[in-house]
Order: sequence, then structure tokens, then C-alpha cells
Amino acid sequence: MTQNKTGKLIVFVIAAIGLLALPILLQATGSNSWVRIVDIALLYVLLALGLNIVVGYAGLLDLGYIAFFAVGAYMYGLLASPHLAEHFAAIQAMFPDGLHVNIWLVMIAAAIVAGIVGMILGAPTLKLRGDYLAIITLGFGEIIRIFLLNLDRPVNITNGPKGISQIDPLTVFGFNMGQRHTLSIGDWTYTFQPVTLYYYLFLFFVILAVVLSYRLQDSRIGRAWMAIREDEIAAKAMGLNTRNLKLLAFGMGATFGGMSGVLFASFQRFVSPESFSLMESVMVVAMVVLGGIGHIPGVILGALVLAGLPEILRHVAHPLVELTGGRLGPEILRQLLIALAMVVVMLIRPKGLWPAPEHGKSLAK
Amino acid sequence: MDVLLQQIINGLVLGSMYALVALGYTMVYGIIGLINFAHGDVLMVGALTSWTIIRMMMEASVGMPGWLILLLATIIAMVVCAALNFTIEKLAYRPLRNSPRLAPLITAIGMSLLLQTFAMIIWEPNPKAYPSMLPREPIAIGGAVISVTQIVILAVTAMTLAGLMFLVNKTNLGRAMRATAENPRVAALMGIKPDVVISATFIIGAMLAAIAGVMWASNYGTVQHAMGFMPGLKAFVAAVMGGIGNLAGAVVGGIALGLIESLGAGYLGQLTGGVLGSQYVDIFAFIVLALVLTLRPSGLLGERVADRA
Repeated sequence: MTQNKTGKLIVFVIAAIGLLALPILLQATGSNSWVRIVDIALLYVLLALGLNIVVGYAGLLDLGYIAFFAVGAYMYGLLASPHLAEHFAAIQAMFPDGLHVNIWLVMIAAAIVAGIVGMILGAPTLKLRGDYLAIITLGFGEIIRIFLLNLDRPVNITNGPKGISQIDPLTVFGFNMGQRHTLSIGDWTYTFQPVTLYYYLFLFFVILAVVLSYRLQDSRIGRAWMAIREDEIAAKAMGLNTRNLKLLAFGMGATFGGMSGVLFASFQRFVSPESFSLMESVMVVAMVVLGGIGHIPGVILGALVLAGLPEILRHVAHPLVELTGGRLGPEILRQLLIALAMVVVMLIRPKGLWPAPEHGKSLAK
Repeated sequence: MDVLLQQIINGLVLGSMYALVALGYTMVYGIIGLINFAHGDVLMVGALTSWTIIRMMMEASVGMPGWLILLLATIIAMVVCAALNFTIEKLAYRPLRNSPRLAPLITAIGMSLLLQTFAMIIWEPNPKAYPSMLPREPIAIGGAVISVTQIVILAVTAMTLAGLMFLVNKTNLGRAMRATAENPRVAALMGIKPDVVISATFIIGAMLAAIAGVMWASNYGTVQHAMGFMPGLKAFVAAVMGGIGNLAGAVVGGIALGLIESLGAGYLGQLTGGVLGSQYVDIFAFIVLALVLTLRPSGLLGERVADRA
């Protein structure tokens, strides 16, 4: 028993050192691009963990998840960039330097707004069959995108297809993550790039989300969600308020999405409607499904695999692109693989690549 | 020009295309309770297939009149789509028929994406002009204009619907379909093979989608791999609006949605003083869906189980 515990501790320490050293090792390749890819992958992990609450725990299919991400990203984009001040005289008068709201305030606000929007959206559909929820969320995702694209007229709120740029970088207690920082101990100096700093920040949030997800899973609410997922009628008969619980799951997933959106906006320092297409929503669903619906390590694996895939393809696909005369570009290959993964995984391994250990009956037989 | 009359004509044309697609959704949903997300993409395959056929025949300059080429292309597109939908059902949906609802739904989304990707590989992603095979001179009626294509769309929709109603209500296959929708187990005990009926449903749905796809392409003049998404989504809304599982409901819902959209596009700018323009037209379908689900979840013509197929 003690040996087992020591073994676990060793694995844990190695994993921790590995995760902390990863960006520094990647930096050694000479460019920031790989660290950037890992940063984006971590954001996808956050999104997938949020969606996992909705799809994995409560068994509700949300096809417009990226809309909540967009809500968060645009909230930060509007509240922490010169855009609004440039286009509205009243705001210009109040804030001559443009709006620069603190990111943590925006994050709390985004969590609340996204959660409320999620609940409003879920309220009419959640008492009905799950299929309707899929369609209405899909529709909502499109509506948000249409508004983002078109709200540059008659008054310019979202700047339309051009998007919002010059968004403030993230600061933690006055520590600006958008700049390089040099650490020097004696003669030894190391320069931290912004992407590396963001890596640690995102890692922190991912770990937070993982801990939260596990705590939720074992809580009374989490067990109630799973009961609903397995058999809604039976859950109702046990005295669960299925409608409110489903609303809670939906709202909580939306909260995750909104907060990730704020992080995304501060990381990219630019948001445009292009980042929030239906394809992105489908991609996050694919991550959860491919990895293992409702199983946290599986979901993380799925997110990392699908987020890393296009980058790997970009390097591998060259001969194929030439062979097919440009028809099979990396983008098309990526979409093909995601589509195939969704169909084939559901048919062959309906519980995903790394499913949860069996506790009685599970989501997919 | 009379805006109201013009928008009503456009709405009827748009609505009849929605109705044809909505029928495919509603029939499949009525029998196996699955939202076939790939249905809109079957429409796209139909349109692109007919585009290829028309181009081949025009290049070969067979000397046939335009309408005949269009007819042939439509028939070939119907056959291709029928084969495609039959295969999809057999490979992707049938093995999951008894699994929980989420599994086939996710497969259906994957299938939709897969069809779009294949279309991108086969036909390349750029939008293509769809040649107009019917006379182009518009006909004026009472201050509005209607094109020959639009007249044909209305006529073909009416004929197709009549044929479908006959099939569902008067033939043995139709009776089997209605019985399976009612209760597949009991239907099987009565000597009906549910698998055959389900395959037939997918084939009929695909044929309707192919017809709608050719109509869509002829009416708007372009084809592309992503063209099936919006019509598919809206046709689903139409099906829910009419009461999902109900054939007459799908038609009523489709035409109603077409009218709402086209009148909305025509008057939204005026009503809101230019704040919201016709670029917001795609939102109507979802507002309608939200309203229907809140106020009357069973749809306009819901609960009339006898009509289900």
C-alpha cells in the first residue's frame, strides 16, 4: 500500500516537473510557435472540460458551445480595448484613454453573463426532449455569429467582420503577461516570453477546472446529473428536480465557456467572428466524444489530440497535398479526420478512446 | 412593383423547398426518432451531382432542350442521393438504433461533416455557378414578377406532395410506414420488416431532398459544399413548427417559415428604421423555433398521430 502511494507520488512529481518544463523545452526549438500551439491546446482543454459538464455529466448535447466562448471573448474585447471609446463620444468623454477594465472583473462578469444566457437558452427547451436542445443551441451559436458580424452598423459595436484589436494583455497583480520578463539569479538569466507566461496561467486554469470537475462529479449535484443522464424518468421518480438540475448543468458549462473566452481574448489580443464558427463548436463536441464522454482524463486527451492534430498535419500533409493537386489540404484533412472520428468512434468505441471505468450502466452501451 | 405580392411569391417558393426537405426530416424522425443532421447535406450532394451532370451534358452538346437535361439531371441526382442515404442509414445509424439517443445524434453530426468534406474533395470548395436550364424571361403578374424556374418549383412541389400523400395513405408501403411509426414491435409482429421500411423512408427522404437541392440550385444559381447547412437547419425548424412526425405539418411549417422569412427580409429594414436589415433574416427561423417550443411544443399540427408516417 505504501509502495503504491510512493509510486503515485513519483508519477505526480515527474508529471509536474514535465508540465512546468515543457514550454522551456519547446522554447529551445528557437521559436514561440510550438509554445503557442500548446497554449491554444490548453484553451481547448478548458473548453472541453466545460462542455463535458453539459454533455458528459448531464447528457445534454450542446452544439452552440462556442457561442458562450464568444460572449466571454467579446466582453473582454469591448471592455479592454480602445474600440468603444473610439466610436462612442460619451465613452470617450468618460475614459479618454479607452476602456481598460481589469480582466478579473471582466472574468467574473463574463461567467455570470454566460451562465445567465445559458439558462435563458436552456429554459424553454430543457423540459422537452434533448434533441431540441441540440438544434436550439446550434441556432443560438449561429445567431451570435450573425450579430457579431453585422453589429457594425448603424452603430459600430462589434466592428463587424474586421473584429476588435488592441485588446489589453493579461495582468496578474500588476505583472504584465504581454511583455517579456527576465529572471536573473546571479550570472544566469532567462527571458520568459509572453507565450510561456500564458502557458503557466492556462495550466493553472486547467488544473483548477480539473479539480472543480472532479469535485463536481462526486458531489450530490454531479451524481444527480449522471442519474438524469442514465434514466431521466427514474431520476425524477427518485425526487430529483430534473429540469433545474439540467439548467444548472447548462449554465455551469456556459460559465466555463465564458471564462475561457476572456482568456482567449487576452491571449490573442484580437477577436473576430471567424473564431466562433459552428465548426469550432462541433470540434469541442468531438473532443469530448472522442476522448471519453464524462471521463476527465479522456476529455483532456481528446482535446489535446484534436487541437494538436492540425499542426501535425501541417507538417505531414505536404506530400499528400502535392499528390492530390492541392485538393487534400491540411484544413480538409483535419475536417475529414474529425468527421471520421465522430462517426467511427461512436460505432466502434461509443465510450471514447479513454472511457470511464465501468460503474454499472454507462452513457453509451 | 408590388413588394407584398413579390415577397409572398418568393416566400411560397422558398417555403415549398423547405417543405420538401422538412418531409425527409419528419419521416425519419417519425419512424426512428432521430434528427438526421446529414439530411441537409444530402440536398447538397443532390445539387452538386445535378450540376456535374448538366455540365457534362452541355459539354457533350447533346442537343437536348434545357428542361430535358434538367429533368435527367434531377433523376440521376435522386438516384445518387437515394443510394447515399440508404448507405448512410445502413452503415452509421442502424448499428446504433438501440443505443441511447446521444450516440446516433453525434454520428449524424459527424456524417454531415463527412459529407461536406467529401464534397469539398470531389467538387472543390469554391462556389460554382449553376447554369439556368429554363427560360430566363420573368413573367409579370399584378405588379410582381415570377420566373419560370419558380413556377416549375411550385408545380413540382405540388405534384411531389400529391405523390407522397398517395404513397403514404394508399399503398401497402405507406401503411407499413405508418404502422412502424406507431409501434415498430407490433408492426413486426404483423409481418412488416421494420428494417425494410426504415430503408424505404431514408430513400424517399433522400429523393425529396435531391429534388429540393436541384430547385435550390436553379433558384439561387450557385452550388457549394456548404449550401446544405442552412436549408437543412431551417427545414428542421419547419418540421418542428408543423409538429415533428406529422407529414402535413412539415408542409404547413415549411411554407409558413418560407413566408415568414421572405416577408421579414422584405420589411425588417422598414419596420426597424434601418437598424436591422435583411442580413438578419437567418435569425427568424430560430426565433420561430424558440417560440414554438415554448408555446406549443407539439407543433401547429401536432398530436394527430394518425397522420404520422
